[in-house]
Amino acid sequence: MAASDSSTELIRLTAADLSAKLAAREVSATEVTQAHLDRIADVDSRVHAFLHVAADQALAQAREVDNKRNQGEALPELAGVPIAVKDVFTTKGMPTTCGSRILDGWHPPYDATITQRLKDNGVIILGKTNMDEFAMGSSTENSAFGPSHNPWDLSKVPGGSSGGSAAAVGAYEAPLAIGTDTGGSIRQPAAVCGIVGTKPTYGGSSRYGVVAFASSLDTPGPFARTVLDAALLHEAMSGHDPMDSTSIDAPVPPVVAAAKQADVEGMRIGVVTELSGEGYQPGVMARFNEAVELLESLGAKVTEVSCPHFKYALPAYYLIAPSECSSNLARFDAMRYGLRVGDDGARDAEEVMALTREQGFGDEVKRRIILGTYALSSGYYDAYYGKAQQVRTLIIRDFDAAFAQVDVLISPATPTTAFGLGERADDPMAMYLADLCTIPSDLAGNAAISVPCGLASDDGLPVGLQVMAPAMADDRLYRVAAAAETAFAARWGQPLLAGAKGLDAA
Amino acid sequence: MTTETLVSFAEAMARYEPVIGLETHVELGTRTKMFCGCTTRFGGEPNSQVCPVCLGLPGSLPVCNKSAIEYTIRIGLALNCGIASWCRFARKNYFYPDMPKNFQISQYDEPLCTDGYLDVTVEGKTFRVGIERVHLEEDTGKSLHVGGATGRIHGADYSLVDYNRAGIPLVEIVTKPVTGTGELAPVVAHAYVTELRDLIRSLDVSDVRMEEGSLRCDVNTSLSPKGSAKWGTRTETKNVNSLRSVERSVRFEIERQAAVLDAGARVIQETRHFHEDSATTTSGRSKEEAQDYRYFPEPDLVPVAPSAEWVEQIRAALPEAPSARRVRLQAEWALSDLDMAALRNADALDLVAETVAAGASPADARKWWLGELARRANETGTELAKLPITPVQVARVAELVAKGTLNDRLARDVLDGVLAGEGDPDSVVAARGLAVVSDDSALAAAVDEAIAAHPDVVDSIRAGNTNAVGVLIGAVMKATRRKADAVKVRALIEQRLG
Repeated sequence: MAASDSSTELIRLTAADLSAKLAAREVSATEVTQAHLDRIADVDSRVHAFLHVAADQALAQAREVDNKRNQGEALPELAGVPIAVKDVFTTKGMPTTCGSRILDGWHPPYDATITQRLKDNGVIILGKTNMDEFAMGSSTENSAFGPSHNPWDLSKVPGGSSGGSAAAVGAYEAPLAIGTDTGGSIRQPAAVCGIVGTKPTYGGSSRYGVVAFASSLDTPGPFARTVLDAALLHEAMSGHDPMDSTSIDAPVPPVVAAAKQADVEGMRIGVVTELSGEGYQPGVMARFNEAVELLESLGAKVTEVSCPHFKYALPAYYLIAPSECSSNLARFDAMRYGLRVGDDGARDAEEVMALTREQGFGDEVKRRIILGTYALSSGYYDAYYGKAQQVRTLIIRDFDAAFAQVDVLISPATPTTAFGLGERADDPMAMYLADLCTIPSDLAGNAAISVPCGLASDDGLPVGLQVMAPAMADDRLYRVAAAAETAFAARWGQPLLAGAKGLDAA
Repeated sequence: MTTETLVSFAEAMARYEPVIGLETHVELGTRTKMFCGCTTRFGGEPNSQVCPVCLGLPGSLPVCNKSAIEYTIRIGLALNCGIASWCRFARKNYFYPDMPKNFQISQYDEPLCTDGYLDVTVEGKTFRVGIERVHLEEDTGKSLHVGGATGRIHGADYSLVDYNRAGIPLVEIVTKPVTGTGELAPVVAHAYVTELRDLIRSLDVSDVRMEEGSLRCDVNTSLSPKGSAKWGTRTETKNVNSLRSVERSVRFEIERQAAVLDAGARVIQETRHFHEDSATTTSGRSKEEAQDYRYFPEPDLVPVAPSAEWVEQIRAALPEAPSARRVRLQAEWALSDLDMAALRNADALDLVAETVAAGASPADARKWWLGELARRANETGTELAKLPITPVQVARVAELVAKGTLNDRLARDVLDGVLAGEGDPDSVVAARGLAVVSDDSALAAAVDEAIAAHPDVVDSIRAGNTNAVGVLIGAVMKATRRKADAVKVRALIEQRLG
């Protein structure tokens, strides 16, 4: 499908620019929405970012925004800007599958708090994006509905688990997207797709209506092509939610102001010693080191900081997250909603539950349920779950000690660039290593962002710079990321993503 | 069902010493459920009082009901427990269709209240029942298994689940093992649950109705040979749904376990189900292949940390304990132990107290509630408290009798009227024309007529047979349609006949 020049231009705009044009009534929400729906129709057969495109609902929502604007109503900043929503957020009137067969056919009767906030802000929901089943994975290859593809190179993974959301933004199918980060599921796909992704402070964004993987870790957050766009979305979606007990009752940190401030003059930045070395791709390290020099040149005081317990983060994570998931996923039992297998009148409820779970869950989900069930078993609890929680405390202490010396910590967002589809699909350990740099912040519940810092010299694929800040100091992420983004753009002469050529062929 | 060999209770008690323990579940009477805003009303259309949270829909999250925490602390304080300054909920994981999430949010190693006691008095002896813990959890849905022989899920044709009950706050009160009760064990168990029920009712935190399931009881029983220092293996009896059943289930388990031990066999640690009709228990799930519930701290909820100030506020607002109140009322009303026990057994203590508060004498209040009204409640199979008459109305009837406006016979008619929904006693008196005929001239005429109509009786009385006066009184009562004051009639007759 050939799109017109003007719609090609619309899809390349940032959310901030779209917002300005919409407010000035240079363009309507309907036109903006249609342009993105056209783009989805044009490229998504190759990217497979979406599991469900809600064209009619999106256009209806857009018309409503246009009507309100035409009647002179004051609208929120992002009103009329489209978004792609990870299929882990409940959405009234749209399916919610979590990338799993077991939720086949389920239409939630309620909206997640964040879905509702997006609607209240007039943000246009284009549809639901692909993900690793129940957010377990780093490539979207664990989706029951087939993988998504990296817009830089369609033979590569877009990362995961929020790979569909990252790919949608990277492929200009949406200017904004939301995902969830449990072990790195926002930052890792953002990094390998060359876009911006933030894991807010745990409790800073509501989990109500986010189908749980690991309750103590799951954190919804924004994807965007620019730091300012991510901040705008961060601000719109966050804030206290009385429906989520773990939600923090405090004002959202001033992330938009920080993104606009965009300076690191005098900031103390710590490079985490432990997040480098063996297993880190040389091309990734080269770009990361360049970023360190850049920040120093912008006036930051950079030092090395050791976080000695970070090396235990990955094993601790793979006990805590599976333990919680083994319990969270118990509810998928064919009794009340979703898939039901073997209900032939001869089998009893227990057999139907077992058959449904056997056929409804994929291998990785089963692996983690079994792992978690084992770790919580009587006689093993102290050695596994209990010990992992102690490690978690040590990691929090590492962060506390580090943040006593520096304002933010930095590291590569991922040890390597995007890997090939199928390359790690049969090697869970290799797959788990993709989250090596991102897991510590999840375990500590603090804030972290990934911002593009160039292309790896060895494979020409995007590299992400991770910035980590103390809990509820999310604004610091945006200051650093925006400063780096501005400086890099000046150096590159264009945004990094402008170089993505994955969709140019065909 | 197998027929168990039993030995008589007396024989069992001659050789063995029982240890009992009770786990009591109390549904709290909060307006809304434990973790969502759904109503807790009893008896709604199945699955009409549910939402994403209590249905455990994907993505939903629990938020703690503060009233439920407060009610639990109230119970804990009334049971002389310590209140945790910090505690957490835990997930109890197991699969069952009536559990929407396939885990129950409960408390595990950090209960809200610990280490208290409740004194119960049986046959003049006071037993201190230790309270191990009081914790808070959510109730499950209710299953109805249709078809099959056992009424349980296995073998049923199909099962229906009602989630209205799912998520109702449930308090579990666990006693320490109760020892040294000897043959009084069944009665102590009964007395404990009764005392607990009265205590919780006085706290206004639950309606504690065993028949509606808002008070449920599991009873643990074990036996050891007399003189043995080691306790025997215990069984846990479920489905004990009335106060009487608590006593009967302990008694049955003692008789059954004694027979097992007498035969040289060992008691199996298991769950047993109590059968109301036969007062027996049958074997359920064996605890020897115990389920592993994989408890872990509930990550969706923040810890509960009641401040010391709050706890003290709750303590200061506790009502008088029912046992103390009983002692006080018994003295105030000058009742014997037996009378007091009768009042309590009939569940009439509060009714009598309210009737007295409304102005009746304790004797009158007791007489009406335990006499006429208890009989009517019995006839209609309702509880005394559920009769459609208020203590204020009963007090008014007593007052009308005391003033001579009604006699006992008429008072019963007035009660009939009130119970039939005809309004207050005064309206019934007016509408039915029930006031005593005390107008002397009208009465005098009726007396004269009776004397005239029964010359032989008059002769008999004059001959010294004073009992015959009754015949004349009867005639007058009949003539006045029983509205006459019998005392007055007798006086008039005696006056006439000198």
